[in-house]
Amino acid sequence: MPEAGAQEQPGGGGGNSPAPVTCRQLFLGFSSVGISGFGGVLPFARRMLVEERRWLTAEEFNSLLGLCQFLPGPNVANLSIAVGSRYQGIRGAIAAVSGLFGGPLLIVLLLGLLYDRYGQLPQVQGLLRGVAAVGCGLLFGTALRMGLALQVKRLFLPFTLAVFVAVALLRWPMPIVMVALLALAAGVAYAHLKRKGAP
Amino acid sequence: MSLLADLFFQFALLFCVAFGGASALLPEMHRVVVLEKHWLDDATFTHLYAIAQAAPGPNGLVVSLIGWEVAGVPGALAASLGMVLPTGIMIYLLMQHWHRFAGARWQQSVQLGVAPLAVGLVFAAAFLIGQAAGLGWGGVLLAGLTAAALLKTKWHPLWLIGLGGVAGLLGWV
Repeated sequence: MPEAGAQEQPGGGGGNSPAPVTCRQLFLGFSSVGISGFGGVLPFARRMLVEERRWLTAEEFNSLLGLCQFLPGPNVANLSIAVGSRYQGIRGAIAAVSGLFGGPLLIVLLLGLLYDRYGQLPQVQGLLRGVAAVGCGLLFGTALRMGLALQVKRLFLPFTLAVFVAVALLRWPMPIVMVALLALAAGVAYAHLKRKGAP
Repeated sequence: MSLLADLFFQFALLFCVAFGGASALLPEMHRVVVLEKHWLDDATFTHLYAIAQAAPGPNGLVVSLIGWEVAGVPGALAASLGMVLPTGIMIYLLMQHWHRFAGARWQQSVQLGVAPLAVGLVFAAAFLIGQAAGLGWGGVLLAGLTAAALLKTKWHPLWLIGLGGVAGLLGWV
């Protein structure tokens, strides 16, 4: 990794260009985020990027996160790619995203090995059912919280219901459902924003 | 099509419509992996979800775990790449231009419009995980209490996961 030799420039940070961050630092920084995140790593990503290492200002973080949440895909992985490529191009993106997934991947595969070995034991099955029940509750609580935070509920809650019926009850393929309903919902949102003013 | 290529393409396609993160994708993962491809059965799917839930790391790790269960380490890599690659490339290409369309009305409309869909997907995920796990009354009660604790307390979810594991071990779920 030749970039590892490029140390931070003395006196840097005052200029407009961000202080150089090496691939190695990107890898290690995002490793710490991946390993520490239980039940969502986003808060840890923010703390590492904005508060601890100062790779992004709070505004930059919000703007990049906006892009990552705007696009589909795993949000935090997208964020790591955005930050990595900002500093070291493609190599940086690869370093950051493999840091994010590397450690947790090893842990989870180890657990998977254990599962293959002992998964048939009734105790293990019971334990996993218990965890799945809690996971189900966490998802339900998260959905409720997201639903309560929705703007203009009378316009948009019908879309929530439509997605639920199509995906959970009818089991229609999600790509088609999402493309069709997103076109509709975005159209409604466009009309709503237009009506609200601000040209 | 070889199994690895199939894993890669299935998850690549999935994550191209993954608004609302990996949890919102669980219903579609279940549909493809269990109902359509028969790679896993209901019980294994929920078990893998539970393992990913109990381990540290991004929510998307359940994808790697599914890939691994289907086709070993190459499967885990194929599925993970499918998850990260398409939108990673999009991000890489769009990053330079984000400031130009951030805040535009069409951009705000899509962002506003996608939120209720994501909520519906996460509700669907909760419903389908509960269904696939075949939760009895104890399990439904535990899920309900968990949701209430998440909304009403500041407890860390990890404690709840631990409690759920113990309750399951004792055969209450």
